[in-house]
Amino acid sequence: MSVLERLTARLTAVLPPDAVVTDPVRLRTYECDGLTVHRATPGVVVLPETTEQVAAVVRLCREHGVPFVARGSGTGLSGGALPRADGVLVVTSRMRRIVEIDIPGRRAVVEPGVTNLAITEAVRDQGYYYAPDPSSQQICSIGGNVAENSGGAHCLKYGFTVNHVLAAEIVTPDGDVVELSAGDPGYDLLGAFVGSEGTLGIATKITVRLSRAPEAVTTLLAAFTGIEAGGRAVSAIIAAGVVPAAIEMMDALAIEAAEAAVRCGYPAGAGAVLVVELDGPRAEVEHQFAAVERICRDSGAFEIRTAASAEERAAIWKGRKSAFAAVGRISPAYIVQDGVVPRTALPRVLAGIDRLQEEYGIRVANVFHAGDGNLHPLVLFDDAVPGERERAEIVSGRILDLCVEHGGSITGEHGVGVDKARYMPRMFTEDDLGTMQLLRCAFDPEGLANPGKVFPTPRLCGEAPGVRTGVHPLVEAGLAEQF
Amino acid sequence: MHGEGTPDPLDPSAVTSHPGPDAGDTPGARSALEPSGAGDALAATGVTVREAGDGDEVAGVRPRWVALPESAEEIAAVLRACAAHDLAAVATGGRTKLHWAAPPERCDVLVDLGRMNRVLEHTPGDLVVRVQAGVTAEALASALAAENQELALDVPVPGTTVGGLLATGIAGPRGFRHGTARDLLIGITVVLADGTIARSGGKVVKNVAGYDLGKLFTGSYGTLGIIADATFRLRPLPAARAWVTASVGRPVTETATPYAYEGQTLDTTSTDVAAALRAMVPAITESPLEPSAVEVDWPDVDGPCWVAVLVEGSAAAERAKALSALMGGTAEVSEQPPPWWGRLPEPDDTLLELRVGASSLLHLLPALRDAAHASGAHPVIRGSLAAGILHIGLRGTPGEVAGFVGLVRDDAEGTYDGRVVVLCAPVEAARRLDRWGRVGALPLMRRVKERFDPGRRLSPGRFVGGI
Repeated sequence: MSVLERLTARLTAVLPPDAVVTDPVRLRTYECDGLTVHRATPGVVVLPETTEQVAAVVRLCREHGVPFVARGSGTGLSGGALPRADGVLVVTSRMRRIVEIDIPGRRAVVEPGVTNLAITEAVRDQGYYYAPDPSSQQICSIGGNVAENSGGAHCLKYGFTVNHVLAAEIVTPDGDVVELSAGDPGYDLLGAFVGSEGTLGIATKITVRLSRAPEAVTTLLAAFTGIEAGGRAVSAIIAAGVVPAAIEMMDALAIEAAEAAVRCGYPAGAGAVLVVELDGPRAEVEHQFAAVERICRDSGAFEIRTAASAEERAAIWKGRKSAFAAVGRISPAYIVQDGVVPRTALPRVLAGIDRLQEEYGIRVANVFHAGDGNLHPLVLFDDAVPGERERAEIVSGRILDLCVEHGGSITGEHGVGVDKARYMPRMFTEDDLGTMQLLRCAFDPEGLANPGKVFPTPRLCGEAPGVRTGVHPLVEAGLAEQF
Repeated sequence: MHGEGTPDPLDPSAVTSHPGPDAGDTPGARSALEPSGAGDALAATGVTVREAGDGDEVAGVRPRWVALPESAEEIAAVLRACAAHDLAAVATGGRTKLHWAAPPERCDVLVDLGRMNRVLEHTPGDLVVRVQAGVTAEALASALAAENQELALDVPVPGTTVGGLLATGIAGPRGFRHGTARDLLIGITVVLADGTIARSGGKVVKNVAGYDLGKLFTGSYGTLGIIADATFRLRPLPAARAWVTASVGRPVTETATPYAYEGQTLDTTSTDVAAALRAMVPAITESPLEPSAVEVDWPDVDGPCWVAVLVEGSAAAERAKALSALMGGTAEVSEQPPPWWGRLPEPDDTLLELRVGASSLLHLLPALRDAAHASGAHPVIRGSLAAGILHIGLRGTPGEVAGFVGLVRDDAEGTYDGRVVVLCAPVEAARRLDRWGRVGALPLMRRVKERFDPGRRLSPGRFVGGI
């Protein structure tokens, strides 16, 4: 009997009858998340319904020395929920109760499987909403958002998941249930946990902040002949002291794809479009709108459209929101990249991407959160053309190099996961990564929580801090570094 | 209770309970670590080091040396020397909060970051600044104002440095709208106890690569490492600011008129301050006028309080006018804050921080008055009604102070899941107090400390659970 079989027998004893999946066909449905290039069939899948069940699963994993990976809706784009063939996949989809809504206290307590949008839907009638809005918000889970510190188009003004999570009940890699709270004295373990990509434990209950819906929202679409003019407008808006809720930009190729897919009807001949959303008190929005409109015209916008109603707003956002999928209309395959550069470096980085396109004969469609310098280049390729996928992968990686060279980041919102772990040394030194690893070792000395993600090199934590005796056999064999 | 079982810091023999380099007074001290050996090692770092003197005490514990590094590398050199000779180090910047938190178990070297006072990088177009930890908040503000920008963090104690602001995690009025230090910090460089220099985050606002060590170090009171520099997101200075201030609980004029909000009629002549605030504050925070801060100043729990609301933006005046209609007959709009705005209450030698959900806070206010009456202590209350963070300066005997803290904590923790932390207190009072109250994840925190500082050389004993 293998370790996994022994563990599975024990799991069956602590979980409801249908909560342990071992059927190979069903297991394969969990073999990847939103990033489908990385696949692995999980050893076993569990579908716990309560915190106690999650804790029992984690304790059993620890007892058997078996790794575990948590998964919410599986919409992640960095392979953060890639299962382990030798491990347990803990799927939180049955933990989807909204436990409490406290409008006067502006908070809601939810289980990790609750979708992002479900929170907003539960409080919208009372004039509130949950601010972070990743584009997958209809299906992505809050537990996944917490793991990835998800952003969204509106994080320019409102921040990320970490700024909206007030507390979390977590199951530590030891199987203990611990409450982390932003208001507690002591280390901000909650702040460190959010965005740790499942490597510090599993969130089983999450307290989120509810935000007051703004009094007014205005969305503006400005068309420019080229990306440079659009970029000038973005810089001028920021310099004018306006903080829009969102500033999104698409280049000609991305517009072409969106047009083909959803007939968004963006102005003909546009080399770039800018979507600017302003929200807040009505008087404030009116002032800002006048400023933004003037800046866009001064920067060379040849057409400006304004949406005041929800329907008009949806029409403007339609093209932008469809952009990733739409690229499928103009290319058989594509890689979605996620990098960040300082806003002032945008023109140089876009020029660099142009050079890469020429050098490798690969087309790149650019969609980005221009306000915070978060690029989503879509690197297009055709598997039918020999060598094209490889060239696309090189271009995709070199775009990240460009981001790092210009003082940016290898990921703004999709996470490191398994996909970008190898890029971490381009951004961080050994000492930086080793220091992050200290936190990992404090939570998970056995390295069982989502191993192989975030960090490029597996490391061992050492039995106890301080005195160390002997050399670990894995270190001796050159299979791991000890830290 | 914990931690306060540490020796009386005013008793010179007591601080040597852990044999440090100055353990010559204590029989059984390790002879291999004579003061001169450690002193030579510090001198050999090339960093400016002087003997400690008056004014260098950390919560009453006098260090032996003061080191004045000028870079992260120099901090690392000092900490490596400390590691080699098992010296304990405490970091400081503006020395405004050295008397806060528990006394260190031992303190050999005060690492004074006052010379690390440079703004390293400010690209206005990116709304990002990177500064050394020893830059004062005032100096940073004036550098940024030159580009019409600001770091939207209030600094309740004048003279505070960026490092001190981060290490204590103290928040001011605008935390409600703009977030606190943890929310605005986007990158950090720290030096660990073994001299390792490590960075996390970066200089872009949006970044999820790797663990966010900045969050871990914010509010860690110097117990995990020394912050060398920090990178923050900025914002443009608002086009205008306006404050609306009103008194609650006593009429300013005899003609003060009652005011109404959503069917409730409120009487400004009411002396029930708490009841009046329970009606007024939600009306303000739930209005679409988006105040940046809602602060209270309540100098005497038997008297009236003042509420001040800040609005920022090009339409600030208009919004302030609309807000004043929600705040009763005494409301006045001004372009200047009231004098108490954003400052910690006096007296500040005994200072509490109460954190509780904003709606719970309004229900907890009567308990503060009751606790004052029952204990005999005199609290001076100031803080954010919108964010649910109050600072309370206390006058009273050690017994009265301990009584007040106990009563408030019973209510805050027991009924409202709030927290009461004693930020600072004189030695006599501190002896009778549990500084930190309930700490949720203490075993995990201890494990973090053990990994980052296994030799317990960085501000040992200063933090929760004696960490």
